[in-house]
Amino acid sequence: MMAPLFSSKLLIVLLFGTLFGLILGVLPGLGPTTGGALILPFTMTLDPLSAIVLLTSIYCAGTYGGAITAVLINTPGTPAAAATCLDGYPLAQKGEAGRALGMATVSSTVGGIFSVIVLVFFAPVLAKLAYEFGQPEYFALAIFGLTMLASIGEGSPIKNLIAGAFGILISTIGKDFMTSIDRFTYGINELSVGIGFIPVVVGLFAISEMLTQSTLLDQVFKRVALKAVKLPSLDDYKKTWKTILRSSGIGSFIGVLPAEGGTVASLIGYSEAKRFSKEPEEFGKGSIEGIAGAEAANNAATGGAMVPTLALGIPGSATTAVILTGLIIHGVRPGPDLFREQPDFLYGIFGAMLIANVLFFIFGFFGAKLFARITLVPNKILWPMIFAVSVCGTYSLSQSIIDVWIMLFFGVLGFFMRRFGFSVVPVIIGLILGELVEGTLRQSLVIFDGNWLMFLTRPIALTFFILSLIALAFPLLRTKKQKD
Amino acid sequence: MNNVQNKKRANKSLPFFFKDEFKVFFVIIFFSTILLISTFTFDKVPPILNRGIQPATFPKGLLVLIMFLTTIIYYLSFKNPWKKEKKLPKPFFLTILSFILFVVISKTLDFFLAISVLSIFVSYNWGEKRVFYLLLVGIIFPLVVFIFFEMILGLRFPPGIITNLYYY
Repeated sequence: MMAPLFSSKLLIVLLFGTLFGLILGVLPGLGPTTGGALILPFTMTLDPLSAIVLLTSIYCAGTYGGAITAVLINTPGTPAAAATCLDGYPLAQKGEAGRALGMATVSSTVGGIFSVIVLVFFAPVLAKLAYEFGQPEYFALAIFGLTMLASIGEGSPIKNLIAGAFGILISTIGKDFMTSIDRFTYGINELSVGIGFIPVVVGLFAISEMLTQSTLLDQVFKRVALKAVKLPSLDDYKKTWKTILRSSGIGSFIGVLPAEGGTVASLIGYSEAKRFSKEPEEFGKGSIEGIAGAEAANNAATGGAMVPTLALGIPGSATTAVILTGLIIHGVRPGPDLFREQPDFLYGIFGAMLIANVLFFIFGFFGAKLFARITLVPNKILWPMIFAVSVCGTYSLSQSIIDVWIMLFFGVLGFFMRRFGFSVVPVIIGLILGELVEGTLRQSLVIFDGNWLMFLTRPIALTFFILSLIALAFPLLRTKKQKD
Repeated sequence: MNNVQNKKRANKSLPFFFKDEFKVFFVIIFFSTILLISTFTFDKVPPILNRGIQPATFPKGLLVLIMFLTTIIYYLSFKNPWKKEKKLPKPFFLTILSFILFVVISKTLDFFLAISVLSIFVSYNWGEKRVFYLLLVGIIFPLVVFIFFEMILGLRFPPGIITNLYYY
């Protein structure tokens, strides 16, 4: 499994990816999704395996990196670390920042490694199942993915559905892939090739965050001093090992579902840790179990989210959507055939994720103090620099200035979407699934001779439709239960 | 986390057209309607070549779905009004202005100059007054990025008054 990784080039890529991921994770507002999108053009200089190893190591380390700022300045470096703030910061305020970060590092590593094991065993099984899928089944699966995203993603499910539909709508811009008829191009030649993924991702994540930061300039961070990261004590291990394992399972499962994996997983992991705890009253006041529950779950979601990405070509999160784009750019088509034809490539990815989890443990343990200092770079210096990289990165893929303007447009749009409670993640997933949804729907209708009811005669497709209905009903039931 | 949480207040007393929920509803419905109308101008595939549905049908369905769901969130907002967001501060509008400047300068003068102007403009308006740091974000860093992209990716940036000095 590790054989393809025993090359100095790949190890350097892994080291760089892990370090870069940690820096991205530490900086509030940035994260593995934005970082992955920004680095995507550079991966063109690498071979496919090195490129995907770079992106996955950024994903693993970036997810963990968010915990450092969550503990030290009470601001999650990534949304997935939001639940870590609840107990990490109170514990740091008690003078135990090292202990809090030690637990975050250990539980993130265990969660991450657990999820890679799940990935190694579960992805090939899912890929084998996918051989049974035809166009109608893929259509139903994509619909299920989008409804799950709306249902268990952040915020209002209806707003998430609107955002997802908007993402699919963006994918229809340009020449229709079946008939070559222009749609929404309005005579602009550049739009006939459609809207690229990178300008939209960089706009919705990096540029909209820049605008958000412009509204928070008077914000003052109270940074807790950190002497050194401490490994958890034997008592801490005794107290948390069940929580870490439970959250690793929860995170891996949530990660497999197409949704904003890490964020949702950490919230569920945290609440389950509280439910099973002997000291639930300590949660929110600096509970070590709270940190373990949230951190094991969000890192466990990384491997989980890679399962549908590699086995079906359906991203399990926004960052895996970037990884999926990386795969496609490098001519690798995810899906069952990938498991049959390029097992070495896949084992390279699995091994890289495993090593990345070990590497961020080492870097986190010995370098957290240094990484925490990155947060001292003032926004008035940092964000203009990020803008310069965003602009050049976006321009570089197609060498089109229109792409840069599209990025700015989506930056402004993303800011207002977030301001009014619309998550931007469904837009990204909708955009990347758009062609699959429309293509499989239209091809299915050709197969069914235009009869929509024929979808119901396919058992797998019908199952996904029923699951989609359940996914849509779930938030309603949850709201009703909360009211009761 | 408290650092990023804005204080919000309910906006029950405002007339309906000033409320955020109406503004969002109006903007989505307005643009969806325009897009929906434009789908009727798409070319149609002759029946003999048509496989499945017409190219306009799928976007039409999506737009109708978006309008329907938007109507639902607006209806639900009568029962549960949204919280009013804090007024946007001056730096936000200056940042938007810098984007407009960027588009104008990159189109008319130079891509690199546009990045420099935006970086200095944003950094200055966000509170950086030290000349060295303004030069760092406005000239040194963009230059490093420019050369990096040019050398590593072999990227050719669009021509302009400054970029031409480098290329010729």
